[in-house]
Amino acid sequence: MIVFEFIINAISVGSLYALIALGLVIIYGILKMVNFAYGELIMVGGYLLYLVGANTNIPWLIAAVIAVVGAMVVSYLTELVAFRKVREKSLTALLITTFAVSTLLQNSALIIISPRAKAVALPQIFSTTITIFNITTSMRNILTIVVSIAMLVGLTFLFRNTILGIALRAAADDFQMTRMLGVPANLVISSAFVLSGAIAGVVSLFWIGRTASVTPTIGLGPLLIAFVATVIGGMRSLVGAVVGGFVYGLIFSFIGVLLPQVLLDYREAFMFLIVILILLLRPEGLVRVKYAQERVG
Amino acid sequence: MLQVENLQVRYGAITALRDISLKVEEGELVALIGVNGAGKTTTISAIAGIVKAVNGSINFRGHSLIGKSPEVILRMGIAVVPERRHIFPSLTVEENLRLGAFSRHNRSEYRSDLDETFTLFPILKERFRQIGGTLSGGEQQQLAIARSLMAHPQLLMLDEPSLGLAPTLVDQIFTLIITLRSRGTTILLVEQNVERTLEIADRLYLLNTGRVEMEGSPEQLKSHAAIKDVYLGEGKAGGNQL
Repeated sequence: MIVFEFIINAISVGSLYALIALGLVIIYGILKMVNFAYGELIMVGGYLLYLVGANTNIPWLIAAVIAVVGAMVVSYLTELVAFRKVREKSLTALLITTFAVSTLLQNSALIIISPRAKAVALPQIFSTTITIFNITTSMRNILTIVVSIAMLVGLTFLFRNTILGIALRAAADDFQMTRMLGVPANLVISSAFVLSGAIAGVVSLFWIGRTASVTPTIGLGPLLIAFVATVIGGMRSLVGAVVGGFVYGLIFSFIGVLLPQVLLDYREAFMFLIVILILLLRPEGLVRVKYAQERVG
Repeated sequence: MLQVENLQVRYGAITALRDISLKVEEGELVALIGVNGAGKTTTISAIAGIVKAVNGSINFRGHSLIGKSPEVILRMGIAVVPERRHIFPSLTVEENLRLGAFSRHNRSEYRSDLDETFTLFPILKERFRQIGGTLSGGEQQQLAIARSLMAHPQLLMLDEPSLGLAPTLVDQIFTLIITLRSRGTTILLVEQNVERTLEIADRLYLLNTGRVEMEGSPEQLKSHAAIKDVYLGEGKAGGNQL
């Protein structure tokens, strides 16, 4: 039964990582910009959970909604205040701006709240375990899987069936042409940032749920996961990001089990060794596009 | 309908358009011809709001287009089918067409527009659920034109619609342009295939190094020495395309 417990754990990690990667690639697809301030959106969600939990009697579920909405608003604002101004300039300028926004948000948390870790109150359900058919696992794992899959299904519906979702995918293919069909550039980009923020907000609930604490640099871990996952999955497609996230999560879980105790500290090093191998074998990423990029030249 | 006066466009230090003036009247089929680098695509891009004009004016139905974004210009009634089609390769034919109708809001109208599209482009009905990137060049060109028509443009700008297509497909595209025209669509056409363009256009502008070298009816241009030499193979240069 330990095998099943491990599998549930691996799926939980994989689905969360898939979600993390998707939040990054939504922006990358359209602006071709790696948003290094993405991790800070997760941090914002975490601090909102902490602030609401420590200062009010608002139930956790409502605090969670506040955290998600807060991350969406901050994401939208970073685009409005910072990225929109440099969008027409070079891609390098845009990239540097994401570092600036990241640093700004991190330091704001450092100054306004504290450089030290703050404990975040979690609901009972996060620490309970459940046993079905002799398989024992934490409710947190089950919740992570259910919510991540629900988010992925919801986003798939949005991207396939709504005109906004189709416009977002079109903008990732050819931004200029999308505008030439009458789709406002700002609408597409703002929507992408709001969606990315929503994902970061949901991720923050489960990311914080693992340690029950939040620090100013908590966003670094998920950012790195998102970045590596999109690179192994293929940065050009949303499906690639999700696949990359799952693969990353599964491999990471497997290494944790397979490595002997003494080598467990080097888990990340082994992880990156495998990532390098994947990239050597499939430099374009795991998911390749099914058509020739340009037929006429 | 469309009036361009003394248009000047620069790409960094390079002046792409020195002085372009042209006009398109309601219901007309006007063509821009000229060698590569003459400024045909740049002219279209400036009208569509993709490149900025340094100088000059562009007026559409009495409204200036200078400084307007591509999305606003589309909503004013000007659609572009750019060079190399620019369909969305990862989207299905259906999704490409749906986006073409983005600026329209009436759902029942979308249905009837689709039916009309299928009459005009039967192949798109067959390929409806296929990914755009898997279509052949000719099919992609039809999709690109169909997509632009979904917006019900008053002026349709076609940039080299026959480029890279097999001769039979070129025929098909030219027949289509004639059909669109007879349905009352005003068209501004950029073409390298001058011989065919002379057959269908009402008026033509011959562009050269960012200037209008000559303007007139097909008959007037046919008698122009440079056109005879370079495009129609009657002079010393030979060959009908350059």
